[in-house]
Amino acid sequence: MWLPQYATPGERIGRTFVVLFAVLVALFLVAPLLVVVPLSFADQPFFTFPVPSYSVRWYADFFSSERWIVSVFNSLVVAVLTAVIATVLGTLAALGLSRPDFPGRGFVMAVLISPMIVPIVIVAVGAYLFFGNLGLANTRTGLVLSHTALALPFVIVTVTATLSGYDRNLSRAAASLGAPPLDVFRRVTLPLIAPGVASGAVFAFATSFDEVVVALFLTGAEQRTLPVQMFSGIRDQINPTIMAAATMLIALSVALFVTVGWLARRAKG
Amino acid sequence: MSSLAEPAHRSLRAQTFRAALPDRLIALGLVLPALLFLVVTFIAPIGALLMKSVDNAEPAAVLVETLPAIGAWDGVGLPPEPVFAALAADLKAAQKNRTAAGLGKRLNYELPGMRSKILSAARAVSKIETPPAGGWTEAITGIDPVWKDTQTWSVLQRNASPVTAHYLLNSLDLTRGPDGAIAAVPESEAIFLTILGRTLFIAAVVTLGTLVLGYPLAYAAAIAPPAVAATLMLFVLLPLWTSLLVRTTAWVVLLQSNGVINDFMMRLGFTSEPVQLIFTRFGTLAAMIHIQLPFTVLPIYSVMRQIPQTQLRAARSLGAGPLSAFWRIYAPQTIPGVSAGCLITFILSLGYYLTPALVGGATDQMMSNFISDFINRDLNWGLASALGTVLLLTTLALYAVYVRVLGADRIRLG
Repeated sequence: MWLPQYATPGERIGRTFVVLFAVLVALFLVAPLLVVVPLSFADQPFFTFPVPSYSVRWYADFFSSERWIVSVFNSLVVAVLTAVIATVLGTLAALGLSRPDFPGRGFVMAVLISPMIVPIVIVAVGAYLFFGNLGLANTRTGLVLSHTALALPFVIVTVTATLSGYDRNLSRAAASLGAPPLDVFRRVTLPLIAPGVASGAVFAFATSFDEVVVALFLTGAEQRTLPVQMFSGIRDQINPTIMAAATMLIALSVALFVTVGWLARRAKG
Repeated sequence: MSSLAEPAHRSLRAQTFRAALPDRLIALGLVLPALLFLVVTFIAPIGALLMKSVDNAEPAAVLVETLPAIGAWDGVGLPPEPVFAALAADLKAAQKNRTAAGLGKRLNYELPGMRSKILSAARAVSKIETPPAGGWTEAITGIDPVWKDTQTWSVLQRNASPVTAHYLLNSLDLTRGPDGAIAAVPESEAIFLTILGRTLFIAAVVTLGTLVLGYPLAYAAAIAPPAVAATLMLFVLLPLWTSLLVRTTAWVVLLQSNGVINDFMMRLGFTSEPVQLIFTRFGTLAAMIHIQLPFTVLPIYSVMRQIPQTQLRAARSLGAGPLSAFWRIYAPQTIPGVSAGCLITFILSLGYYLTPALVGGATDQMMSNFISDFINRDLNWGLASALGTVLLLTTLALYAVYVRVLGADRIRLG
């Protein structure tokens, strides 16, 4: 329904203008990302278009560098651990929060969501001070704990949204047929909300895998993650190997995005 | 009748409460692990930062004898001989334990120049083996005239406390004068209110920018056929999924002097030599608006989608012109989405670190960048924490408004 039949000429022009503007804004949103991809395949280390000739030399560079490989490994370990812990804690919390008349729900929710809005530098400095005193500075443990705190809200929001579409009568029916609470959860609730829980896990993984600032403060050379490695590279002198890393991160984001879309469709049945 | 009904009513209420109790306890029990986890890994660290902003451990750790001795001094003239003797003992110990530099650095924040005075006094005092004939007063005041200055001693006296308001005052461009009264710092040293103002200004411009770009986009998506709307929203969601660092990297590549935009403009003949785009306010704002745009668009779009298109048609059939129908019927209903989107973008923009650090110049650095710099460059944890406290309180105040008006549930992904 773009335009009604009774539209005035002025309205037609106005509407066309709005739609054109919207298309331009949409292009503005994706263009910067699309610029990175071809540059990562350029043969020369210059950021110019059209790219004179293509090669995969920067990808070869990436995969032959121990620094980059180690940073990918560190990021994967931290992100997987973060996703596991955040998903377990977040799913439990969402189950509690979506029970009818949960006491003080608004406040508890506000606290659980707050890691999403507190400035990241404050989280990083606080973690550095606090974990430093506990001997957890420059360890993967400290980083996983901080990242889990940052990822928890994403799991809670996703699973709570899924649970709002869950029919509680199914749990009641199972219970009335004699299933103990744990069985009700394991055999009725969990299978039905599994897509939402999986989406939450993907969000948690992505949150940790992309996080730079806390990792900058909490890691030494040995625990350096991929974003930290990229960040120091950009600060120094941006080079095409960073473009290759960025392109692979974009590919990963697209893959995770498609996964979550697929899970959402599954949840709807 | 009522006297009979009431106890029954009360016991019914008590019964329902008791019946609901296990359910509530289970609900609490399910949330508790996540809450406790956040207390340890998130709230306690922030607490550590707040503590650090008032922490005054250095003077008490080094001046163990001086501070108790100076407590009774009336602040007139010079302190009595025992205070000087105590200072001599403390400085000797400091020289031996190599703690003089830390104390000097701390006092330097309040009295510029104290770092070198403390270091030289510690060195000089350590060379004097036995109590000098003229007493410690004469010996120490002989090292440097600063020890004859009453102000030096009143600064020492007020640092006897294990907490200090110095950093918090400093972060608001305030200081304590020689008489202990709070006053504005000299204009040449006042930078922090400027930085706070700049942070709020950048966040406001970014919010406005995302609204101007995002509102028509959300509107077009809301009125478009489903397939077109889905494509437009894909363009909004895809950047949101891409890491913040990658998006900032893309802007570095675009804005560089030998980057994509300059290359493009020179080829088209708009300019003969590269224009400075990176490390400018323009570049910072462009990148931040790009990154924040999805956060503003999504709440607006989800509200617009709920507004029936038939309302506009009804308004038109009743004689309203297209602009008046939009402005009086459609726009007011989008306000909840606009406020949710703008508020979240403003809150998130206040805390930006990466983008100003990589794309901005010296005058585009925001609160977060100064917090990080004071730690990494100056090792001034107190001031960094005080700036962090100011930034945190500003953010939490706005978050409280958000939760109050819109509810925490409205915060969506991203």
